[in-house]
Amino acid sequence: MIRLLLWSLGGVLLGGIVHLSTVLVLPRTATQDAYSRLAPITPVNAVAPLPAATPDGAILPFTDPAFASAACRYDLTNAPLKLITPVGQAYTSVTFYTRFGIAYYAINDRAAGRRTIELDLMTEAQHNQLPEDEEVTAADRLIVESPTPTGLVVLRVLSPEPSSMPLARGILAAAQCRPNPQQ
Amino acid sequence: MLGSFFAFLLAAALGLGATWLALTRGVAFGGVTIGAWTAWPKNGTTDIDPYARAIVAQTGRLPTGAGDGVAFFARADDQGRPFDGRCQVRVSGTTPPARFWTLTLYDHDGRLVANSLTRYGFSSQEIIRRSDGSFEITIAPRARAGNWLPTGGVEGYVLVLRLYDTPVGVAARTGREAPMPAIVQEGCS
Repeated sequence: MIRLLLWSLGGVLLGGIVHLSTVLVLPRTATQDAYSRLAPITPVNAVAPLPAATPDGAILPFTDPAFASAACRYDLTNAPLKLITPVGQAYTSVTFYTRFGIAYYAINDRAAGRRTIELDLMTEAQHNQLPEDEEVTAADRLIVESPTPTGLVVLRVLSPEPSSMPLARGILAAAQCRPNPQQ
Repeated sequence: MLGSFFAFLLAAALGLGATWLALTRGVAFGGVTIGAWTAWPKNGTTDIDPYARAIVAQTGRLPTGAGDGVAFFARADDQGRPFDGRCQVRVSGTTPPARFWTLTLYDHDGRLVANSLTRYGFSSQEIIRRSDGSFEITIAPRARAGNWLPTGGVEGYVLVLRLYDTPVGVAARTGREAPMPAIVQEGCS
């Protein structure tokens, strides 16, 4: 009887370990995460419009239908990235996600304080390699550090009324995301 | 021998069962609940907890970034009655300070719900308000006067109120800081 109790206790403890490790490993093994879903429709290091959410399903669940959105699926292995987007009349935001869908940085048009949002995206190693004098001029230059070499930048332009959706889509058509090698 | 086999079996059943439960039932920590609404502001930052990370990866959703805004979810009214698309629900009052907000109706999988009006929600710009700035949205299967949001007659749904460019975040705790609209489910047809 005591033997069975001990084995059960061992089983419960081991079960706890199994539970915690599966939860931790899951993000690395998921095949239907946002990055994987967007991969077939988004080229690497370029801005691609995302299809509007409809009742037949959106490419990503819980997408806000009031927004026109576009994504830049990035790979910083070879060079940092330059991201430029004009802003809409109502509201525009740019959110940066890691390869595993963690939002590590987000900025909106008002925080950027200009008619366009312009950002340099790079890994920590690439940031450290920036020459000193570049760092000085960096005061008016927004540098975002990506925790993973690949990931997603999602650009969203609000269309406060359905009729302004074509306008919002047009703004995103002018957005750019391209490799920007440091000499 | 038999004992260790039993222990491993128990471990696998408990461990995997708990993981499955956590992901399908949606275990979530650090939620801010105001009335019927709950938000997880930390999910829009790198402080997101391991359970939310697993759910994000498993479902393919992208959380609203903290610098963008905050999303409040409601699955039931103020009395805790789960939303039923065959009933009438009134969402009324005011929203916390934000440059814009949107209210959207989804099914439990995060899909928009088909309806003849192709209306899936309202933005703060579209809404018809009373003279004091407050509003009332009627969510019902059949047409209503004023701000009508159709349910398409679905069995259950989720309301998401997203505040964009807002001071509401991890620090918000009470309805005084963040006055969320009241939700009342009434007659069913």
